[in-house]
Amino acid sequence: MSHELPYIAAISEAIQLEMARDESVLYFGQNIATTDDDPFLKAFGGDRVRVTPISETAEIGMAIGAALAGYRPVVELYMAEFMLVAMDQVVNEAPRFRYMSGGKVKVPLVLKAGYGFTAGWAGQHTGSIYSMFVGVPGLKVALPSTAADAKGLMATAIRDDNPVCYFHHYLLTLEHGEVPDGEYLVPFGVASVRRPGKDVTIVATGWTVDRALAAAEALSEQGIDAEVIDPRTLAPLDTDTILESVAKTGHLVLVDQATRHGSASAVIAAEVADSGFASLKAPIKQVTALDASIPYSEPMERYLLPDEEKIVATVLAVLGTAPVPA
Amino acid sequence: MAKKASVGPPDAAGAFDAPTAIGLLRTMWRIRAFEERVGVLKRADEVYGLIHLSIGGEGVAAGVCSQLRDDDAVYSGHRAHGHALAKRAPLERVLAELMGRSDGLCCGMGGSMHLVDVEHGFMGATGVVGGNIPMALGAALAPRLEGGDSVAVVFFGDGAVQAGHFHESINLATLWELPVILVCENNGFAEFTPRSAHTKVERVADVVAPYGLARETVEGSDVRAVWEAFGGFLQLARGGEGPFLLECLTHRLRGHYEGDAVAYRDALSADEWQRKDPLVQLTRVSTAAGWLTEDELAVIEAEARSEVERAVEFARASAYPPVELIGQLVYAAGTPS
Repeated sequence: MSHELPYIAAISEAIQLEMARDESVLYFGQNIATTDDDPFLKAFGGDRVRVTPISETAEIGMAIGAALAGYRPVVELYMAEFMLVAMDQVVNEAPRFRYMSGGKVKVPLVLKAGYGFTAGWAGQHTGSIYSMFVGVPGLKVALPSTAADAKGLMATAIRDDNPVCYFHHYLLTLEHGEVPDGEYLVPFGVASVRRPGKDVTIVATGWTVDRALAAAEALSEQGIDAEVIDPRTLAPLDTDTILESVAKTGHLVLVDQATRHGSASAVIAAEVADSGFASLKAPIKQVTALDASIPYSEPMERYLLPDEEKIVATVLAVLGTAPVPA
Repeated sequence: MAKKASVGPPDAAGAFDAPTAIGLLRTMWRIRAFEERVGVLKRADEVYGLIHLSIGGEGVAAGVCSQLRDDDAVYSGHRAHGHALAKRAPLERVLAELMGRSDGLCCGMGGSMHLVDVEHGFMGATGVVGGNIPMALGAALAPRLEGGDSVAVVFFGDGAVQAGHFHESINLATLWELPVILVCENNGFAEFTPRSAHTKVERVADVVAPYGLARETVEGSDVRAVWEAFGGFLQLARGGEGPFLLECLTHRLRGHYEGDAVAYRDALSADEWQRKDPLVQLTRVSTAAGWLTEDELAVIEAEARSEVERAVEFARASAYPPVELIGQLVYAAGTPS
């Protein structure tokens, strides 16, 4: 059984279900529970649901301490960029503690961060900065693209014994989707084949998954059968599913809303070049944002980002039916 | 925050008597002997990596940790050996950790700056100045949520006070009234630079004044003062109050790290060190009070040094950790269910 929910409500549903299931789950964040009829506050009380000052270092560091003391905190960060304020805690404390202690402790922590809000928010609130965290040993990185995955990945993140950066895409906030009722877990490290196909593999994440699916539909009208894969988590990364697909199609196009250099797509390209080179019939191509911050003006914003047209053009180029775009 | 008219602690729970002093002397001698031996082992390349010694700070470690239970969480920083030992972390395993061995406290994965001993509530040392302070707040949240009278303590240096972590944490701790005691070891030097080059505010206790928390500045070489001031705060924290700040003025006898040429300050004269050495101070108090004789003191020191020698042999005999450990430790195992 399932019900329809907006993406953002599916995330909240997962947190509420986990808080009801496990008393050790805590919810911290700025501007949360600011009214008495807040559903979290009403259901779980002010001990477990706590508003914090605009102090990301104290907020995340305190949550790490609570995790080390046996709790499972979820920290609401709203904007992924706000984690940058507390990079010591996110990168240098939370994911290293278990390792440096020789496995004596664990840090079950969820950092819930919105990203990609390209809606006129300009340079500091719009980044797709998840790849910064993919290279941090000990951190897990989840990027749901559907309401169902949003719910299932959040539940899994909360139950995971490691710190998880959970990136939800702001442009998907109100996108509705069918969400399974009750307890629903999406395993980490298992990609979703969103559209099977035999001619070309398109790997996309977050908001770009729907762009890739639209591109695949447009390509099908030209007789091209594209497979669209959403890795769902970048750490761990399901390279097997991608390699199996490339073995079948021989062509790989990577779509990533992030800047190109140091992106998740660059990581996937390297893995496929390393382990699947013999399957490739053409070079791997990436459709990413330009290596620039997001500009304010709407046409410029569009110019900079991956879209359906760019994906279609790149697929055609990879398949050799059009010249490779510069 | 108008819970107390005075900003200082009340009287400590118990009297500072002979058993207390002797216990503290034992702890301080264990730390002193350990740190001196580590310095030698470091120069001989038997201890690997970056080492910060706490000689001169033993009184703070002992005066604070001797009053804590295993269920009280202690966080420390890069200069953590003394705090870990005073919190009853096994000495031979701390040394084995410094030597990167599999019998080390953290299997040789963390080393000097990242000691963790959960069993004794030494929740962890972190190597980034001030990074440990917010974590202690999380530890102090536990008794708030569960009841119970455990407390959290975090050690940091005066250098951390100029970092954002400190200010964010002191704000949150006072806002949530967490049972955490912040212990600042103010040795006047933030790494290689005097405090005067870091800030206009000389006393850390003054930095936190606007938050209204109870606070006290004591001479860190006066172990009795540390013990009494901390004990007073501890009693209140056990009753659920907090936070508190204890500033201990100490002298770091060694450089910032082992190998530091210490070109930035003059060496202390022997006379000055006699005045700032917490062991000398407590010895003087104890012998004057007739709590123990010179001979008994010599036995305490000798026992500490022989324990350290046994630890050296233990650590030398311990194997290096297997490389397979790396793959096992990056992520906690277990599929969520």
